[in-house]
Amino acid sequence: MIAYYSSLAMVTSAVLYLVAMTAHAAEWASVRTAKVTRPVPAMVGAPAEAPGPEVAVAVDGRRTELLGRIGLAVTVVAALTHVAGVVLRGVAAQRAPWGNMYEFVTTSLAIVAIVYLVLALRSGMRWLGLPVTLLLTIGQGLAVTVFYVDVSELMPALHSVWFVIHIIAAATAGAAFNVGGIAAILYLVRTRAEARGSVRGYLARIPSAAALDRVSYRFHAFAFPLWTFTIAAGAIWAQFAWGRFWGWDPKETWSLVTWIVYAVYLHARATAGWKGRRAAVVAVVGLATFWFNFIGINLLVSGLHSYAGI
Amino acid sequence: MTNLVGWLRFGWATLTSMRTALILLLILGIAAIPGSLLPQRPTNPVGVADYLRTNPEVGPWLGRLGFFDVFGSAWFAAIYLLLFISLIGCILPRTATFLRELRALPDAGPGRLDRLPGHTVGTVASAPAAVLDAAQAHLRERGYRVRRTDAAISAERGYLREAGNLLFHICLVTTLIGLAWGSLFSFRGTAVVVEGQAFSNTLTQYDEFGAGAAFSSSHLSPFTVRVDRFDVRFEEGPVQTGAAREFTAHVTVSEPGRPDTEQLLQVNAPLSIGGDSVHLLGHGYAPVVTVTDGNGDVAFSGPVVFLPQDTNFRSDGVIKVPDARPERLAFEGVFLPTSVSGGAGGMVSAFPDALKPELLLNVWTGPPRQETGEPESVFSLDKEGLTQLMNGDRPVTVGLSVGASFELPDGRGSISFDGWKRWTKLQVSNTPGGWLVLVSVMLAVIGMGVSLTVRPRRLFVRVAAGAAEDGEGDDVPAGPAGAAASRVSVAGLDRVEGRGGLTEEVAGLAEACGVRVTVAGTDSEEQQ
Repeated sequence: MIAYYSSLAMVTSAVLYLVAMTAHAAEWASVRTAKVTRPVPAMVGAPAEAPGPEVAVAVDGRRTELLGRIGLAVTVVAALTHVAGVVLRGVAAQRAPWGNMYEFVTTSLAIVAIVYLVLALRSGMRWLGLPVTLLLTIGQGLAVTVFYVDVSELMPALHSVWFVIHIIAAATAGAAFNVGGIAAILYLVRTRAEARGSVRGYLARIPSAAALDRVSYRFHAFAFPLWTFTIAAGAIWAQFAWGRFWGWDPKETWSLVTWIVYAVYLHARATAGWKGRRAAVVAVVGLATFWFNFIGINLLVSGLHSYAGI
Repeated sequence: MTNLVGWLRFGWATLTSMRTALILLLILGIAAIPGSLLPQRPTNPVGVADYLRTNPEVGPWLGRLGFFDVFGSAWFAAIYLLLFISLIGCILPRTATFLRELRALPDAGPGRLDRLPGHTVGTVASAPAAVLDAAQAHLRERGYRVRRTDAAISAERGYLREAGNLLFHICLVTTLIGLAWGSLFSFRGTAVVVEGQAFSNTLTQYDEFGAGAAFSSSHLSPFTVRVDRFDVRFEEGPVQTGAAREFTAHVTVSEPGRPDTEQLLQVNAPLSIGGDSVHLLGHGYAPVVTVTDGNGDVAFSGPVVFLPQDTNFRSDGVIKVPDARPERLAFEGVFLPTSVSGGAGGMVSAFPDALKPELLLNVWTGPPRQETGEPESVFSLDKEGLTQLMNGDRPVTVGLSVGASFELPDGRGSISFDGWKRWTKLQVSNTPGGWLVLVSVMLAVIGMGVSLTVRPRRLFVRVAAGAAEDGEGDDVPAGPAGAAASRVSVAGLDRVEGRGGLTEEVAGLAEACGVRVTVAGTDSEEQQ
């Protein structure tokens, strides 16, 4: 019965994310821009109020603002239902709800939703709304339709404290990689627009390329040590369960590949000739490897991590 | 000669450059991918054989290029060794620089401050020395290292960033050393042990054994593990029916000079005996049979290990009775823990637990053979010199449920299915470098966390005696006539971008110097 309410909550949240995404899409579409001349801030010794270059700025339409607020409000409700779904799933299964792909996706996406809401409500980062609700809609949609499995007991290999440690670290790192990856994609879109000199529409409302780059970096800088820890915790667990801490199991290999790609990203950001666009592309590739490791390896390749029923 | 040295220098500089390291890192990532998508010999030899059979064109070439053992191949080793040499070439000079920086004071900073972020100027009604005192106290409180001259202060904090960074990279090297050490001295072997039987830790008792180059059999600790009972429970509910839910082996451990102890061995709870670890890796069924030969003597009696073929533990096995007389006997067949009729394919197993066990065997006979002493697999039957027992043109199939027996035709003897036991696959291993790897990885995570969160910052104060020459000092509160006055400029610089609050911190410093803050220079991105 509890399991039923859990699934109901999950499906409801998926639908609500879709509604929120529609609102945000309408918000983006409704932005009108106008060319204005932005005054350059006064420099010491410079003549005050020098006329700056012409830039396009979003004209704050009330409709845009209203749509954005609706999107955010619906996301709040969706996230509450979503978290309730995850908690009820844990109650129904009487264990941490991270035993299979369905449970992992829903938990990880709940973290994404919470992190996004904190950022949107406290740091004014509502501009993440459209891409994040898109991710949540697709992710929750896949979870409730493709990945869904009924509640069941864990297999013996998962009976370990490392089950909790390894998987919550992976879910949190995954959530942060996803938000960082979204920022990196927005960065690429925005730099393209900036390079062409036509920052229009909603793009004018999201932060500058430099700020997006910084947001993206912060999420990756948070996620990378956590991902390293995830791999290390997995290795320790493997030593207990299988008597070897590293065995080049496909999941292990792809975790390392993901780790390497993100290591390249962090180094690229500090290397002349790589920082900026190239580093952002590496971050997006990192996100792709993360998703392939999660979905592709679980479904296509058989290995020791194929325990989940799906 | 100088030419050679020049080339070597050039090679070293190229190898240790960040760009090369980045590219090597990317190549390492790409090189690992085939190892996860193609079957690999060490973990999946059967998969490799299948692949070679289905891809006769490409397969052998992939094999020659080491694609079936990517992580043991020379080219994979070449990539990571080059990467680590590049890494060491990067760490050494950076460590030297860092140590020098730690001993030295912060450098004087740029000649002009007016280009730096948060640059603030103002006139203060106190002597330069007093201004610098105030600034110094302010900076020390905030954990800055301060270099002070007569007219300037430069301060820096965030040295931990580089320390963490170096720690992380050094730990990568020690991790590799730990792994290398482990692969030299480690060993890992597996043995199948039937309930009621024991395993002694000597080389001859292993079914499979692998060890590093520096291993010698004296490294095996002397112990014996007897598997008294193996409990296994499978999911019987509607969800994930048949999935394993519990494995517990009740074992008795004997070590020389110690009393025997009864212990539990479970999947995530290995035994640790004399430095070696014993893991529970797998399980299966061993039907117990008694074979009576044509002379009426019991030629074989006991459990025979059958290997599981599917998730419902349909198990294949061979019962060899070389001592049967006048003719030796052999049986080949399957054990079905829960046998049901499976349509065209005959009998299948419907559940992994032994709910309705059945043994289905074909029978082979032949004249007695000389014992050659050559090792042969206990899981496959060498049919040379043997003929299959036929019933007309169809092979004789013996179907036995527990307790039943079958009389072979023409007085060749009989076989009875007395019951079944479970067997467990135990792995004994020892990886000496493990602790070094563990400590290294933990320190690496800590170092990385520090280097990614600590953000170094530099702040500068310049003071000159006297009031401002132009009109800029208008807003300075007028001090007593003739009192000391200083012209102060303050600015800051972040070594790493992406940290907020520089303008605020410069403003705080300026305020501590007594300057009423009017910030020049923009830092508008800072608030994002």
